[in-house]
Amino acid sequence: MHPAFSVIFLTTLLGLSQGLFTALITAQTYASVELVKVEQSSEFYAIGTLISLVFLVSALLASFFHLGRPERAWRTVSQWKTSWLSREVIVLPSFGLVAFIYGLIHWFNLDITLVHLGPLEINLSLIVGIVAVLLSFTLFICTAMIYASMRFLQEWATPLTLVNFALLGLASGFALATAYAFKSAPSLVNMFAGWAIIFTVLAMITKVSSLIRNSLIKPKSTASSAIGIRHSKIRQIAQGAMGGSYNTREYFHGQSDGTMKAVKWGFLILVFLVPLVLITIGLLQHSYIAYILAVAVQYVGLLLERWFFFAQAKHPQNIYYQTV
Amino acid sequence: MTQLALIIDLNVCVGCSACVTSCKEWNTSGQAGPMTDFNAYSRDPTGTFFNRVQSYEIGEYPFTEVVHFPKSCLHCEEPPCVPVCPTGASYKRKEDGIVLVDYDKCVGCKYCSWACPYGAREIDENQKVMKKCTLCVDRIYDTSLPESRRKPACVLACPTSARIFGDVHDEHSEASRLIREEGGYQLMPEWGTNPANHYLPRRKVRIDLQDDDLNRVENPLKDENFTKPSDDDLTLEDSSWI
Repeated sequence: MHPAFSVIFLTTLLGLSQGLFTALITAQTYASVELVKVEQSSEFYAIGTLISLVFLVSALLASFFHLGRPERAWRTVSQWKTSWLSREVIVLPSFGLVAFIYGLIHWFNLDITLVHLGPLEINLSLIVGIVAVLLSFTLFICTAMIYASMRFLQEWATPLTLVNFALLGLASGFALATAYAFKSAPSLVNMFAGWAIIFTVLAMITKVSSLIRNSLIKPKSTASSAIGIRHSKIRQIAQGAMGGSYNTREYFHGQSDGTMKAVKWGFLILVFLVPLVLITIGLLQHSYIAYILAVAVQYVGLLLERWFFFAQAKHPQNIYYQTV
Repeated sequence: MTQLALIIDLNVCVGCSACVTSCKEWNTSGQAGPMTDFNAYSRDPTGTFFNRVQSYEIGEYPFTEVVHFPKSCLHCEEPPCVPVCPTGASYKRKEDGIVLVDYDKCVGCKYCSWACPYGAREIDENQKVMKKCTLCVDRIYDTSLPESRRKPACVLACPTSARIFGDVHDEHSEASRLIREEGGYQLMPEWGTNPANHYLPRRKVRIDLQDDDLNRVENPLKDENFTKPSDDDLTLEDSSWI
């Protein structure tokens, strides 16, 4: 497939936003059972939510660049019964809205304690936050299912697509949370960094698994099944257009094998190895720069990762467009 | 239930592209139009087409054969492009099984074109909406046309009658008969899309000649025991004179 930058930015920014918000709620959950202590918690959660929402809105803006007729975007909520894209369009703003309410509760100090369980206090904000996290997970599922549900794009049609989207989003979000907490809530840095390392390692395992899986794929469609002629030697000699067409532009990435290999190794290093080293340095040296660099490098890596994700998918229609 | 479709006979298609040009001519000025072209007369010409003829070389020299292969939307009975559409712009008509796009609802997200394994959909770079073969829905029901002309433009244009239009659910239709009797098949059956359009394979007319087809066993001229009548022998005709 030809990777579209709008979708690359949409999915990676969404991952950052969802991961960061999940990190905030993780911190609040830990704090509510007194595993960690958060100083000036309201401000920390409110500004953290704001950062998360900035990424969410940027993602939403990026998605509009993908549409030919963005003024009709409101129609896309209608087919939620069958279309994962439609479901994403509904869940995305729902997550944003609940997260926004969560941020407001903290910003205006509207939090109240709903339940006392012995020494534990369950706050309204925590309940709202958990609802938002559940929506965020639903959003991971919707976004990934857009791709995983297409059965003939065999590189995408695997549960690993869902796992990778979620783990990579969480990894980048927790890395961002680490950098954010360094200045505003230092007591949370180790917890966030620990989770960032765990998610990055898990994502590395599942991403490498999917790379291995995809390298072993045997395409179900062949030239023989595409035109229905039982012969092992089929060579296209004309494709019906000499100057290219939508079919040759949309479904081919047009890059050499060398570029594909470079991008693959590039993202494996930038998404996994370098951030792991940088976060470890950050933990050992208490270095703000290391955490910031980890987030930045990982995000650049994620852009490459998403580009590769789209480019590696071989659409069966390409069989019909092998020669001009 | 009706399922209109095209049957494409690869046995007689000569790859003249008359179906391509007639399709473009009819549809660019019809309900589905315009089908905009870019750089039509300069480098890298491109544009929207609903139908293209491709050519394939089968086999290895000297045992080769060229097959011309017209490809348009197959109007699948289980169209994967329809459920993925977020706006409901992509739909399959219940009454005749034609898969259509509502150009007023389409947001141009291209998701349906990703979901089509055949590459039958193309975005119109001018209108920014997805377009595809409509099976000439704006002429097959047009009662102002004589009944024999109420067919897709490509079918009418084909000089070798390689395109047959009909209801593949009606077992008495010519289309159904051809699928049944001439080995009609679907493209990429492995995806379970159940395309309504069928293709008819190359069919060779061969006569297997045996020795006894050329030399009849009971041929009297080859009979070794056969003796030619002499001039003295009386024949039945002669005897009648006596």
